[in-house]
Amino acid sequence: MTTRDIVYIALFAAFTAALAVFPPLVLPVIGVPITAQSMGAMIAGSVLGAKRGGAALALFVALVAAGLPLLPGGRGGMAVIAGPGGGFILSWILAAYVTGLICERLWSNLNWLKAFAASVTGGIVVLYVFGVAWISMVTGLSYFEAAASSLGFIPGDLIKAGIAATVAVTVRKSYPLIEAPRRA
Amino acid sequence: MIAAYRPGTSIVHRLPAGAKIVGLAMAGTFLFFVANVASLVVCLLAVLALYPLAGLSLRDALATLRPLFVILVILVLAHAWLNGWEVASGSGLRLAALVLFAGIVTLTSSASAMMGAIETGLSPLGRLGVDVEKISLALSLALRFIPMIAAVGAEVREAQRARGLDTSLVALAVPLIVRTLKMGEEIADAIDARGFGTTRKDGPDRST
Repeated sequence: MTTRDIVYIALFAAFTAALAVFPPLVLPVIGVPITAQSMGAMIAGSVLGAKRGGAALALFVALVAAGLPLLPGGRGGMAVIAGPGGGFILSWILAAYVTGLICERLWSNLNWLKAFAASVTGGIVVLYVFGVAWISMVTGLSYFEAAASSLGFIPGDLIKAGIAATVAVTVRKSYPLIEAPRRA
Repeated sequence: MIAAYRPGTSIVHRLPAGAKIVGLAMAGTFLFFVANVASLVVCLLAVLALYPLAGLSLRDALATLRPLFVILVILVLAHAWLNGWEVASGSGLRLAALVLFAGIVTLTSSASAMMGAIETGLSPLGRLGVDVEKISLALSLALRFIPMIAAVGAEVREAQRARGLDTSLVALAVPLIVRTLKMGEEIADAIDARGFGTTRKDGPDRST
């Protein structure tokens, strides 16, 4: 890791923190307010790639665990991580890594649809598999009951994956940071 | 707000942050093996007793639980409906005890002590080739970048408002990211120019 990688990792950890203060989107039909923050994992992964994206989110989670109020509504600290939503916060690390891994593989001809698929796989599928398992573990609900409790957030997350894909494709044009795999 | 650290001199404050994190992990694991409702009540009372011990009031304990209150009520009702009252009260008590314990760790340890504990916890990785000095650099850089990115974000939003684009997340995020990436390059050069990492035997990092 070069100094430049370290700086990028720190920048995207801070970027994810800054997303908490973006105005929340409110879905027209369901009315669930969704915060922009979970886009941090998708964007960090698809701009920085697997290793640096995962490291950026790991750094963000460490800052939250240390008690800094970086989550929406100024929340933070061990109590949030120990609570039912904590699994989603911890899984952001893996979500960013998987999103980045897919973007790296598809980098040489990445388009919106591929970037969207990467964000959906990493930032929704992987995230929910572990996030729901955590809810189930902490609350004692069965896996399916826990999954039912979080289904309402998926439409919002799909919108966020769409926005993250647009951002990823646009940034790739002006500021590409992932190298195409040597053998492609 | 949960995140606030309350400075103090109590015995809980004086425990090293690392010990409190390990304690939380152990208490968390232990709680999942306690199934009996009466024992869980004892656990919850024991955690509550830590608050006065740390010089905090029971009001602070309530403030820690408040963001969780709605979820707790829904959880207990859902459990009562699906699995009966015994399971419902058990899982409610367990979750409350866990969050209260975690809350006391945050309330009695400053963010810098917590980050120090994280760095110490990672230091054995140094022997596995992980550069702990770089992790410390990343932690302190991120702290500095948060207000900086928020300031750039406000500027970008102002500029996009002039164009009528201030409600579009894409129009806000893309310029923000490109500007911060450019800044990142300059910052990395500045850090290298000051000789970061030159104490290592392989010399400065010139691989960029």
